[in-house]
Parts: sequence; structure tokens; C-alpha cells
Amino acid sequence: MSIWEYANPVKFMRTSAAILPWVAGGAAVSLAVGLVWGFLTPLDYKQGSTVKIMFLHVPAAMMAINIWVMMLAASLVWLIRRHHVSALAAKAAAPVGAVMTVIALLTGAIWGQPMWGTWWEWDPRLTAFLILFLFYLGYIALWSAVDNPDSAADLTGVLCLVGSVFAFLSRYAVEFWNQGLHQGATVSVRPGDRISSAYSYPLYLCMLGFFLLFVTLLLIRTRTEIRRRRTAALLAREVQG
Amino acid sequence: MIALLVRDLRLATRAGGGFGLGLAFFLIVCTLVPFGVGPEGGTLARIAPGILWVGALLACLLSLDRIFALDWEDGSLDLLATAPLPLEGAVAIKAAAHWVTTGLPLVLAAPVFGVLLHLPGAAQPWLLASLAIGTPALSMLGAFGAAITVGLRRGGLLLSLLVLPLYVPTLIFGAEAVRRGAAGGDGTTPLVFLAGITLAVLAAMPFAAAAALRVNLR
Amino acid sequence: MTRLSVRDVAVARGGRRVAEGIGFDLDAGQALILRGPNGIGKTTLLRTVAGLQPPLQGTVTADPDSIAYAGHADGLKSALTVAENLAFWSQVFGGPGPQAALAALNLERLAERPAAMLSAGQKRRLGLARLLVTGRPVWVLDEPTVSLDAASVALFAAAIRAHLAGGGSALMATHIDLALPEARVLDLSPHRAGDRPRGSPAPRRAPAGFDEAFA
Repeated sequence: MSIWEYANPVKFMRTSAAILPWVAGGAAVSLAVGLVWGFLTPLDYKQGSTVKIMFLHVPAAMMAINIWVMMLAASLVWLIRRHHVSALAAKAAAPVGAVMTVIALLTGAIWGQPMWGTWWEWDPRLTAFLILFLFYLGYIALWSAVDNPDSAADLTGVLCLVGSVFAFLSRYAVEFWNQGLHQGATVSVRPGDRISSAYSYPLYLCMLGFFLLFVTLLLIRTRTEIRRRRTAALLAREVQG
Repeated sequence: MIALLVRDLRLATRAGGGFGLGLAFFLIVCTLVPFGVGPEGGTLARIAPGILWVGALLACLLSLDRIFALDWEDGSLDLLATAPLPLEGAVAIKAAAHWVTTGLPLVLAAPVFGVLLHLPGAAQPWLLASLAIGTPALSMLGAFGAAITVGLRRGGLLLSLLVLPLYVPTLIFGAEAVRRGAAGGDGTTPLVFLAGITLAVLAAMPFAAAAALRVNLR
Repeated sequence: MTRLSVRDVAVARGGRRVAEGIGFDLDAGQALILRGPNGIGKTTLLRTVAGLQPPLQGTVTADPDSIAYAGHADGLKSALTVAENLAFWSQVFGGPGPQAALAALNLERLAERPAAMLSAGQKRRLGLARLLVTGRPVWVLDEPTVSLDAASVALFAAAIRAHLAGGGSALMATHIDLALPEARVLDLSPHRAGDRPRGSPAPRRAPAGFDEAFA
């Protein structure tokens, strides 16, 4: 029993069908509880009620980055071990990641307006997210532009690799370019309290909810991609006679 | 390898090769900007470093798809891939040819355009140095983008979408060096970063581009 | 001496297996002509032999530096003259100079003309002259006689014969009769993927990748 067994599409379809309801249910419960709990938290003495958008903003921003890292890992698995499910999972994850980036940017703008007095600031973090969004767009566009599915997987895999390096590089280049307004990371493993526990527990729950939501969408979308490939193969066989 | 370089340069400079097109585009950008922001010297001087770098970047982008598309259409790329020359070497040579025909003229002409945009004299050496160091990276990254999109429909548009985000670090450090120079400061720090990026790109990208080309040749 | 050996090769086009179970040997001085209907995978097989793509299954054994490939396009630059085009490929492949090749395909009079001014047939001849300047022993040719007139086809057949006599080999996909009686012919029709006699059990084979993995 090894993890590579799930590279077999049949096995993947069976297993994902079994766990999908549980993951989806978990996402619904943790998001519902986390968001309601977050909404009922006390007002921040400095930021007032605007702080509550944090429960959407922080998990979305976290997922936007983590989904790209997951795509990088999946691309590497495809390039090295040629497991098709892996390539399709990377393809399926990209639009979810792009939407998470948009959520993070939009909620950030709504949060930033009352706090900094501007919808948009060329702050390093904001700029880095905008660049990340451009990489997502390029990645998705490349998938849709290549006809041969294996070539598309190879090319997007190489792009994801190169893009990761440059997204990382850009992250530090923009810091050099402009010191920012954005507060430090909200959640940190380092000691030294950055956020009070009244906020942190619902926030952790929201993060879990966003993560489970991503897994749910990823499973559904990967299953769709696999079925689409299957349909195309059957059609091709029919044409061939 | 020399033969390939000579051929590409010869093709670019003969009729229909598109040599000088990037330079003309650069001139147009530098002419249009004052119409947009007003003729006042102070404003122009302030935005000149950015305009010059963005203009150079777009002028470079203009001719990227020619790096491989023409050789792809007439079958030369198949033959190059089966030649004794490693494909990585061919990619590097073709990027070099692109730089000589597009990047180098931009570098040499940039001081003239700097004068058009009232770039302070103190910034001129920084402009020359940053473009000379940065444009090879633009050509090499562009060759990577061209290798990924060769043979695709709507490849040109996709090429810009893929390549421009990769240009971000080069643009930031290049323009920053000129800006510091224009302010009378020392632009060495961004220049060193810029050189680091260029060297890393020149070392690593031929492999990524050749891998993408092999996929597209299948 | 076996220059090229193909064993139980299957090829895929557009992610789909089109032909399988192909095997042949090519020795010095031999020519092999591939035939078969459109879409059977002749071009794909030739590109596989030339090393431009990996076979789906089976092995192709050849020295990669022995093969000169000529596809549908001639790899010519219309802005360069005929001689310049040939000189470039000769330098890239480290082969002999262009003079002999120009003479063999009757292009000497056109040597200083830009390739843009050539007719389709003349371009094709120039594309074939390119094979001579590579100095490589195994020619892999995809429809080499397209847009050639009868005289040029004869010229081309003579070039092939001279190449074979000099110890070279040639693998070609072509529809027309080249008047090369010594060449063997391999018909790919029986190798179409998925074809098997009615009633016989499905053959066991390695899956052609993802699309067949859960058929």
C-alpha cells in the first residue's frame, strides 16, 4: 500500500467518491461555525467592526499561496513520475487558487479602505498577491490553449516550476521596491502574541473550513477532469470505428 | 553554434527581418508619453526612469514570438532538434541573437531617449548600465515564453501574459537603479541584484526553454 | 551492419494510439518504403525514429547522430540564397560543403538566388539537397516527392540510389512509385491500433497511458 496507488484513476475515483461527502460536510460545518463565531467576536479597540472581515481575508490569502504550492508539488509529481491524476489535480486547483487570490485582494481592499483610507496601495504584500494572480491567469490560459492533454500538462508543469521561482523572487523584489503599510502576518508560530485568543479560535476554524472547502472543490474538479478525459477518449474511439 | 548565430543575425537584418522595429516602437512610446502626461520637464524627469524601462521591456516583447515561430513554421526547428548541437545551446544562441538585434540597439539608443524625457544627466550612466545588464535576461526569459507558446493558436497574446510577470524582478531592480541615479544617489545595490537575476536566468532558462521546445516538437 | 532497428513499436498521435507492433531493421545500403492510408501514423513513426518523440512502447535502436530527418516542411529561409541555406545546414551538422549537393540535385544555376524566388518543386529539391550536406548515413524522409515533377523525381531517385550505393540507408513514407526496385516496402495497414481478427481474444498489452488505464 503506497500513496502512488491513488495515481490509478479508477482507484482515485473510488476513493474520492467515498471521502467527498465527509470532506464537504466538514467544510460546511467548520465554515458555518467559524464565520458565525467570528461575526460574534467583540469589536477591536482600534479597528472596530472592520476587523471581522479578517475571517474571510486571512484564510483566503493563506489558501491562495498554499494552493500554488500544492500545484507546484503536483506538477513535480507529474514531471517526474508521470501520474496523470497529479497533472489533472494541478489543473483543477488553479481556478480555485485564482478565486482565492481575488477574494483575498477584494476583502483586503474593503478592509484597507477604512483602515488606510485607500482601496489600493502599492504595498509589497498587496503587490505580491497581484503578481501571484497574474501567474494563476497565465497558468490557466496555458492549460486552455494547448490541445494535446499530455503536452499541456508538461508545458504547464514547466511553467509552474519557473513561475514559482519568479513569484518567490518578485515577493522579495517588491519588498525592496517599497516598504509597506500592511501589518505583519496575522498568525505566526513564533512566540509573542500577535492576535488575542478571542479572535484566534474562530480564525483557526475558518482556516480549517477554507482548507476543507478547497479539498472539496479540488476533488470535485479533478473528478470532472478525469471524466472529461474519459469522454474524449471514448469519442475518439467511436470516430476511429 | 556560430553558424546559427550568424544565420539568425543575417535573417534579422535582411528585408522583412523586422530589425529596428523594436527601436521604432521605443521611440514612439517616448514620444507618446509627453502627450499623455504633459510637456513639463519636472514631471517627465520624475517618471523618465520608469517609462524608459517599461518602454524597453515592451519593445523587447514585440519581437519575442519571432524567436522560434518562424523556425517552427518552416520546419527548421525539427532539423535543429536532430542536429548535433544540443537544443539548450540552440536556445541560448537564438536568445543571444534576439538580444543583439533588439536589446543591444535599445541599450545604445536609450541615452538619446533619456534626453527626450529630461532624464537627469547623472542618471544616464545608470540607465546605460542597468539596460545593458538587464536586457539579456529579458531576451532569455522571452525565449522561454516563446518556447512554451510555439505552435499554439493565439500564441502571441498568451506569450505576453506568460512572460510579463516573469519580467517583474528585472524591471523593479533595473528601474530602481536609474531612479536612485536620477536622485543623485548610488544605484549599485539594485544593479548587483539585477546582475544576479540576469546570471541566474542565463544559466537556468536554456534548460527550461529546451524542455518546453521538446514537448512542443512531439 | 544494422543501422536502425525498430522492435514492436507503438506510436500515439494526439494522445491516441494509432499504430502498434511495428518492427523492421535497416542495414547499410538498404531502403525501406512505408505505405498505408492517411492517419495510420507514418509521419508519427518517422518522427519517432528521428528521435523527436518517444515511442509509446517498444524500442528504436539507432545512433541519434546517424539520422537526417526531412519532414513536410523544408527548413528553408526565403531571405537566404540557396547556397547560404545549404552552407548553414552543412555547418550545423558538420557535413561536407554544399557544392556536391547542388550538383546532385541540379541546383547549381540557382545557387545565388534567394530561396524566396524558387518554385515549389525547386524548394523541395533544395530541401532534399540539405540531406546530402548533413553527411549522415540514415535518411528519414516524409513524403519527399511532394510537388516534384517527373524529371525531379528521377533526379531524386538517382540521389537516393547514389546514397545507398555509398553505404547509406533510407526510410521513406511515400505514395508514388519511385522506381527503386531494390527498396523493400512495409505496409502499415495491418498495424492499425486495435485491429484484430474477429473472435480472437483481446491481446494483452501495456496501457497506452491515461486514456486506456481505466477503459
